[in-house]
Amino acid sequence: MKAKTKRLFFVSFGLALLGGAVALALVALQDTVTFFFTPSQAAERSIPAGQRVRLGGLVEEKSIRKLADGVTIEFRVTDRSKAVTVRYKGVLPDLFREKQGVVVVQGAFQPDRTFVATTVLAKHDENYVPKELADELKKQGLWQHDKSKPAGK
Amino acid sequence: MSARLHAFANPARFLRLARRLLPWTAALAAICLAIGAVWGIGIAPPGKPPPEGQGETVRIMYVHVPSAWMALFVYACVAAASAAAIIWRHPLGHVLARAASPIGACFALLTLATGSLWGAKMWGAWWVWDARLTSVLILFFLYLGHIALTHAFDDPARGARAACILALVGVVNLPIIKFSVDWWNTLHQPASIIRREGPAIDAQMLAPLFFMICGFTFYFFSVWLLRARAELAALRTRALKLRLLAS
Repeated sequence: MKAKTKRLFFVSFGLALLGGAVALALVALQDTVTFFFTPSQAAERSIPAGQRVRLGGLVEEKSIRKLADGVTIEFRVTDRSKAVTVRYKGVLPDLFREKQGVVVVQGAFQPDRTFVATTVLAKHDENYVPKELADELKKQGLWQHDKSKPAGK
Repeated sequence: MSARLHAFANPARFLRLARRLLPWTAALAAICLAIGAVWGIGIAPPGKPPPEGQGETVRIMYVHVPSAWMALFVYACVAAASAAAIIWRHPLGHVLARAASPIGACFALLTLATGSLWGAKMWGAWWVWDARLTSVLILFFLYLGHIALTHAFDDPARGARAACILALVGVVNLPIIKFSVDWWNTLHQPASIIRREGPAIDAQMLAPLFFMICGFTFYFFSVWLLRARAELAALRTRALKLRLLAS
């Protein structure tokens, strides 16, 4: 075998091996790499109360309300099969809204399986639409905002 | 003797080619960037205002997306040049890899900085440790490591070899960056341009973005050619100095 071919083989083989190793490591660390769990994923893993975790999903329609103390906000985060009630005290991000807004809340489950958040992050989707076009589509009733897709995959 | 001639013939041909190409890539970069910047910042429509959309913040995309694309593309170039150097012993491989990696590092840093500004406004956080952001940060560190390694040895040939291996190992990170948003739940949004259903960006915003991407690409090629020329000149100076010392 020529030295050149040998080196090519060596580099390709090395890269394939490395790729395999990294893939295995990432699969093993899946729960660590993932930024948030959807409510269903959280239920599957039965995360203990008090453990810091991130939960992501849509803000359920008409679920946002202010509690009696005037500063705590309560809403439900859903992935359309399971939902979790979240309480949060603090400033909400600009993109926080019902129904279409995907949020990621950071905090911990309480013993009663509600969730107390210390941070609320808003996720933007992949659609980039100018204001005029969105208004026009809405007026014509053609506005579709990728409603079929649940928050997590 | 013939091997040495081969080593000198290629850079000479490359220098001629570089001299001929550079005015064109530079002119194309200037034209595309001018059109893209004016169109993107001045003419393109803003997004829907919050809480539905990004409002004016969307314009960060015109710098962020091309930078991110370049950060990946330049790394692929560094890796390809390194492979050419290590497998085929191409005389220009090390030179091209060394010339490209600082440019890539700048693009990676620009990606992280503009993304951070956007994230602060849209997500409510300057930084999060999600898979996309973390893998791009690793890309930035790979660039820094590559630059450091090339300069870490007194003998440039040893540094070049070490840097080559690092560049090739780091290739594993490229698909991770691209597919991180599909493989894991991330805060970063999934792909908007290269995806199965076609672009999810409206044509009025996609057009200036396209000019910016072309402009960044031509800019990279211009600076790459310039830096490679400088690297070759430095090599020549070093060789002459050594010969002087020897005589």
